[in-house]
Amino acid sequence: MLNINNLHVKLEEEDKVILKGVNLNIGPGEVHAIMGPNGSGKSTLSYVLSGRDGYEVTDGSASLEGAELLEMEPEERAAAGLFLAFQYPVEIPGVGNMTFLRTALNAQRKARGEEELSAGDFLKLVREKAKTLKIDADMLKRPVNVGFSGGEKKRNEILQMAVLEPKMCILDETDSGLDVDAMKLVSDGVNALRDGKRSFLVITHYQRLLDHIKPDVVHIMAAGRIIKTGGPELALEVENNGYADLLAEVQ
Amino acid sequence: MAALDAQSAELEVREGVDRETIETVNAMAGKYKYGWETEIETEYAPKGLSEDIVRLISEKNGEPQWMLDWRLAAYERWLKMEEPRWAMLNYPEIDYQDQYYYAKPKSMDVKPKSLDEVDPKLLATYAKLGIPLKEQALLAGVEAPEGERRVAVDAVFDSVSVGTTFKAELAKAGVIFCSISEAVREHPELVQKYLGSVVPQSDNFFATLNSAVFSDGSFVYIPPGTKCPMELSTYFRINAENTGQFERTLIIADKGAYVSYLEGCTAPKRDTNQLHAAVVEIVILEDAEVKYSTVQNWYPGDENGKGGIYNFVTKRADCRGDRAKVMWTQVETGSAITWKYPSCILRGNDSQGEFYSIAIANNAQQADTGTKMIHLGKRTKSRIVSKGISAGRAQNTYRGLVSMHPKATDSRNYTQCDSLLIGDKCGAHTVPYIEVKNNSSRVEHEATTSKVDDDQLFYCRSRGMDEEEAVALVVNGFCREVLQALPMEFAMEAQSLVAISLEGSVG
Repeated sequence: MLNINNLHVKLEEEDKVILKGVNLNIGPGEVHAIMGPNGSGKSTLSYVLSGRDGYEVTDGSASLEGAELLEMEPEERAAAGLFLAFQYPVEIPGVGNMTFLRTALNAQRKARGEEELSAGDFLKLVREKAKTLKIDADMLKRPVNVGFSGGEKKRNEILQMAVLEPKMCILDETDSGLDVDAMKLVSDGVNALRDGKRSFLVITHYQRLLDHIKPDVVHIMAAGRIIKTGGPELALEVENNGYADLLAEVQ
Repeated sequence: MAALDAQSAELEVREGVDRETIETVNAMAGKYKYGWETEIETEYAPKGLSEDIVRLISEKNGEPQWMLDWRLAAYERWLKMEEPRWAMLNYPEIDYQDQYYYAKPKSMDVKPKSLDEVDPKLLATYAKLGIPLKEQALLAGVEAPEGERRVAVDAVFDSVSVGTTFKAELAKAGVIFCSISEAVREHPELVQKYLGSVVPQSDNFFATLNSAVFSDGSFVYIPPGTKCPMELSTYFRINAENTGQFERTLIIADKGAYVSYLEGCTAPKRDTNQLHAAVVEIVILEDAEVKYSTVQNWYPGDENGKGGIYNFVTKRADCRGDRAKVMWTQVETGSAITWKYPSCILRGNDSQGEFYSIAIANNAQQADTGTKMIHLGKRTKSRIVSKGISAGRAQNTYRGLVSMHPKATDSRNYTQCDSLLIGDKCGAHTVPYIEVKNNSSRVEHEATTSKVDDDQLFYCRSRGMDEEEAVALVVNGFCREVLQALPMEFAMEAQSLVAISLEGSVG
């Protein structure tokens, strides 16, 4: 599904190298987690994959189902099936959540040569998806993320994911700022989307999210590289011992 | 050597960026949908402005002596006036002798008796603009299907009104809706009583010019206690070259009456600037209410500021009776130059004025627009919501006056002025004037300036929208409050217009 090969990335504005040769292969239906200390390059990886400005790829490649990702515009990546759940979802005043979602969905459908969804069909689809995430009608009507609580913002990201039905989902620290109940709700939402074909890359600091969203593979990232890869037990090891031992082991 | 290489690489990139900008802007200049021209034989009055021209226009309209005298008095006055230059607008001097003041399609020589007799070329023009000039044949007692609201239209083409729809049906309700030239002939008592009573001949340079040479426009009278059975609209089209359009609109809402009125305007693409100097007067008596909505989409000129309409307009509503209400809503996307301040005189006690505005300036457009709220009556209320959007190299100024006279006790005003900047070569300016001469009134003014945020655009794009769709969405959100104040027919049009006007503004 997602193949990242020797990816090197620096900041466009300054000479700071952030990713120093990342290799990652995620197969269809697989759930991978990336853990790592602050500043290890986890969020940069998610931004570079989704096409945010400000980064320069100096070497390496990334592809989604064989299609070269790094040459596409952000909207083309979305239409190709990539989705990033933001760590800090952005507020758009005056734009209704429904309008936003419908514009996004229809833009993707148009890009893929599919027919646009009518207002009625769209409404039905959103209501159904919202129900499973316990998102009430009021939240759908409000402007995108404006005045949303931390938990509401993250649930809204998962709602977008559910409606847009991407093939490859990247969750950037979706657990940050969530209490236990909200985390469970969000995780349930994500788990409901696991259908054996859709792949996930879950970026997190803490093991606790992985109690809810069970990964197949866990990677540890430090200083711009993946330094260790293992099964779910690796996350527990980090939880118990911290990153220091792992970092020392590599050095 | 390495330094040199780096330098030339940077130059190339810069050039690349510039090329890209020019390309997108070029593509956008082609996006003005209404820039085509109708090939039609046109009769012009001789070029330039003189007493003879004023007499000729009056004669062409078959006007009585009093109307001619009124025009001539205005012309005399205009000769002694100077063009105002206080606005934040930069344009070359206008040569008032180098244009035509009257142009009419030859086929309109004999005024058609009904719409069926109107020149098919003219009918086709309005069909192409999407303006319905046909009255759908409806059986008596049959309601229009839901969602298909009917709108009566007065279509003004260059200097003449081509036709007005639903006149007969409106007449049944006692509503008079016709061209102003017809009103001068058919309803002289109303015109004499109200013309110039809101915007006097002497008001300002452009209003005085209009008083002398106005050729056509719309006239509306809503009798006491009547809610106008449908929305009324006037659609202005400038077609002839080197010709100014000077229309005059007069709306009277008698006691307890209500009307919603829409105005639209477009013009062909031309390299030369064309002058448009209109006057709109609205008289609102006791307990009456008027909503006036404009979608102004005159040709804005090309990306270098060549061509486009100079739009100098005086619009004013006089809430003459107690509890009278007026609401101006405007979406200003066109014109090279916009100079326009739809105003409210709140004369009656407890009268109310509202002004909702979206002004978009892209490329080399310049807009200096806003409102005047003149509080004269007790407990009068006004509300101003202005959203200015600047892109390209455009300059966009909000200029507004809120004035509370000594007798306007316990009055209130709330003003909100928001500016949005797209790119770094444009400008937004807010110039509020506030005069309060009593101590029981309250005036609030809020203003913000912001830029379209890269994070917002990236968020939208990461969900699948392209850059222009993303900008349009963010901007539509920015002006939502004003879009919501528009009648349904206009809201949709305005929303897509916002998107079209800003195409190519990022990148």
